[in-house]
Amino acid sequence: MIEMEVVYSRPESFTPTTTHYCPGCTHGTAHRLVAEVLDEMGIREKTIGVAPVGCSVFAYDYFNHDFVEAAHGRAPAMATGIKRVRPNNTVYTYQGDGDLASIGMAEIVHAAIRGENITVIFINNAIYGMTGGQMAPTTLPGMRTTSSPNGRDVEVMGYPVRMSEMLSTIDGTSYSVRRSLHNPANIRKSKKAIRRAFEVQERGMGFAMVELLSSCPTNLKFTPSEALNFIEEQMVPYYPLGDYKVAPEVKALKV
Amino acid sequence: MALKGTIEVDQMHCKGCSLCVEACPQNVIALDMEHLTPKGYHPAMLIAEGCTGCVICAVVCPDAAITVYREKRKKK
Ligand SMILES: Cc1ncc(C[n+]2csc(CCOP(=O)(O)OP(=O)(O)O)c2C)c(N)n1
Ligand code: SF4
Ligand code: SF4
Ligand code: SF4
Ligand SMILES: [Mg+2]
Repeated sequence: MIEMEVVYSRPESFTPTTTHYCPGCTHGTAHRLVAEVLDEMGIREKTIGVAPVGCSVFAYDYFNHDFVEAAHGRAPAMATGIKRVRPNNTVYTYQGDGDLASIGMAEIVHAAIRGENITVIFINNAIYGMTGGQMAPTTLPGMRTTSSPNGRDVEVMGYPVRMSEMLSTIDGTSYSVRRSLHNPANIRKSKKAIRRAFEVQERGMGFAMVELLSSCPTNLKFTPSEALNFIEEQMVPYYPLGDYKVAPEVKALKV
Repeated sequence: MALKGTIEVDQMHCKGCSLCVEACPQNVIALDMEHLTPKGYHPAMLIAEGCTGCVICAVVCPDAAITVYREKRKKK
């Protein structure tokens, strides 16, 4: 008899709830990586998530740990309050690019400036997914959206913002990196970065953000697989993957 | 010889997105066009022998729908 063992199963940090995400949307992949990391670190029961406004607004239903829901863009402020009052809990925000880089820009920048000891998972899909595909601060030059039907004209609409680079210039930031969810190798690298970003918090080392390039097949009118190609071919050149700030003590962390 | 594996696809969670189909290095997954899940999607399924239990399908699945099993390595 051949003996079989389970080498992958659904993380314990997930509830059995099915998600409302569109088929192939990598919000699900990002959720899964967070859940796997919380499982592996054994910190699920003391973790508190802060959900954004955006497609991931129902994240609190999907994770099997405490969660609160913030007003649009205000997740870093809520996370700040929670972490300061309950320093022994692990606190993270999960935010889209409209939430974090548009309406919530001041919140995230000042959370980093204060060096808040929180973890931020930032989903850059270059679009406002939830509301029907409007232009986000991260929408690529020339990219068509419902609010830039002729393509983003940077002369009129400004340039896309690179958050990982921007936050890396702030002294309070300990860890600021960009990864992508478009193929297995990059998904694995994303998970490692998420692990490190939580380890930073567990050791009280300050503000950590992982930006994840993510897909929105529905609003970009792609199949799930085409949407991953779009990330690789269009987004990665504009948003290079890499480590933008890794404080020396974070670099020394063995993860 | 490569280790033998197999997968189980959760019918509640699978949304038939095909990402596992395209990622599987052994090309042993396809969507089951004969069946619909309770949610109305064609689910992924194993269509041939040759799964190695490499876990790549589970790594790309956005819905954590796949459980992967692999033959236990013999203790040396
Ligand atoms: C104060 C306020 N302004 C605007 C909205 C409308 N709104 C809901 S979600 C959203 C943007 C979501 O985009 P993003 O954060 O990129 O998340 P995604 O859906 O792409 O994951 C906007 C503008 C709102 N809910 N509240
Ligand atoms: S609209 Fe886009 S971001 Fe939102 S769930 Fe669907 S694919 Fe994902
Ligand atoms: S990747 Fe997951 S959701 Fe998509 S078809 Fe495969 S099992 Fe189903
Ligand atoms: S475990 Fe590997 S070989 Fe088996 S179905 Fe999944 S991707 Fe294919
Ligand atoms: Mg978005």
